[in-house]
Amino acid sequence: MPKKIDAIVSWKKLNLGCVITEPGNAREFLTGDWRTQRPILDKDKCIRCGRCWIYCPEAAYKEDEEGYYQCDLNYCKGCGICAQECPVGAITMVLEEE
Amino acid sequence: MPYKGKKARELPKEELFTQGHRACQGCAGALALRLILKAVGDRVIIAAATGCMEIISSPFPQTAWRVPWIHVAFENAAAVASGIESALKVLMRKGKLKKEKIYVVAIAGDGGTADIGLQSLSGALERGHDFVYVCIDNEAYMNTGIQRSSSTPFGARTTTSPAGKKSIGQMTWKKNVAEIAVAHRIPYVATVCPTYYQDMINKLKKAANTPGPAYVHCLAVCPTGWRVSPNLTIEVGRLAVETGVFPLYEVINGKYKINYPHRRLKPVQEYLQLQGRFRHLTDEYIEIIQKRVTEEMARLRALEKFGSFYNNFTAHS
Ligand SMILES: Cc1ncc(C[n+]2csc(CCOP(=O)(O)OP(=O)(O)O)c2C)c(N)n1
Ligand code: SF4
Ligand code: SF4
Ligand code: SF4
Ligand SMILES: [Mg+2]
Repeated sequence: MPKKIDAIVSWKKLNLGCVITEPGNAREFLTGDWRTQRPILDKDKCIRCGRCWIYCPEAAYKEDEEGYYQCDLNYCKGCGICAQECPVGAITMVLEEE
Repeated sequence: MPYKGKKARELPKEELFTQGHRACQGCAGALALRLILKAVGDRVIIAAATGCMEIISSPFPQTAWRVPWIHVAFENAAAVASGIESALKVLMRKGKLKKEKIYVVAIAGDGGTADIGLQSLSGALERGHDFVYVCIDNEAYMNTGIQRSSSTPFGARTTTSPAGKKSIGQMTWKKNVAEIAVAHRIPYVATVCPTYYQDMINKLKKAANTPGPAYVHCLAVCPTGWRVSPNLTIEVGRLAVETGVFPLYEVINGKYKINYPHRRLKPVQEYLQLQGRFRHLTDEYIEIIQKRVTEEMARLRALEKFGSFYNNFTAHS
């Protein structure tokens, strides 16, 4: 679970120069709930080219042991680029229901 | 080593620009940042001007960067990068830092580059610092609500170049900052677009490994400001290149080489029609834009030809 971010921080707790000492801690913030649609992969069609991965602005895809790309829905914002750019149409966007 | 000929899946897997950044859905600028780090790796220090790419990546107290990164003012990314490069040089000379190659990269938007940061950029290029300057060009001041910049293209609607009965949107032509960089006679200048990810990564590697200043101009489709559907940002970038609106080229020691598009250009209409910011344009204005793009491409091709002429000339004199 992500840590809760304190929006109001006392100046006494701040590092000198407001330095952030945890590289990449933006990952604590899950952007997945911005999404209105999610990508669904059809493994039978996928040729494991990696284009969905390289084009995703969120770096949401990760390669699994078999070489398929799996989307991390904690971060996917549902832009639909991966579905649009997949050369074999292996990804379909479906509406998020509640 | 360049990644020429490599497939997407063979590119570096490490994500030095992480998830959780706050860019809009489908932001090509955020993708560009990810690709820049895939190219230069983790031995780098980045100076980033105020703008979308800074705001979305460093929502205090968080950061999406896993490399040293400093937020600077709107106008001085190149000046701060100059300072970092000089400091590294001195510290290494004095033995206070281990001698090694640490890249210095300045990142700024088109407003931060073509408008308010132009003098600081020119100064750094002229002084000859060993650094890479990347302009993430989304063709307006997006972070503050889509105001026009000198990099906004002719005919585009922004909040300060509205389209209506008496206006067609932006009435001036896009400033060509890459050519301004070339005029400084620096060793490396290139234009890139994340749609052509391999070309982009290779050019950034080259830029970083070139001793002296390098300037890289990146077209970054902004779905929010351009009124483009977020799933189409990669495709719109592709059309910008294929129509000749944003040709990809590099200028190495003054010699031009065009990478894309290859000979035949698609009509600009195909690029314009996917974007709400051009929706008001009549055929008459689309024709004016087409004429300009054709002329600019002819000019670029002539410059490319001139390069080999010049090489021949200098070799025999
Ligand atoms: C000296 C100064 N003037 C104005 C601002 C307000 N401001 C912040 S970002 C920005 C626009 C940035 O535009 P651009 O460089 O194109 O980056 P983008 O947000 O489009 O990526 C402006 C006007 C500022 N921070 N500093
Ligand atoms: S782009 Fe399509 S074919 Fe390529 S790896 Fe992704 S899902 Fe598979
Ligand atoms: S929909 Fe967009 S954010 Fe989600 S995985 Fe595909 S490219 Fe990434
Ligand atoms: S406004 Fe445009 S450039 Fe800025 S984060 Fe959103 S999509 Fe990206
Ligand atoms: Mg901008």
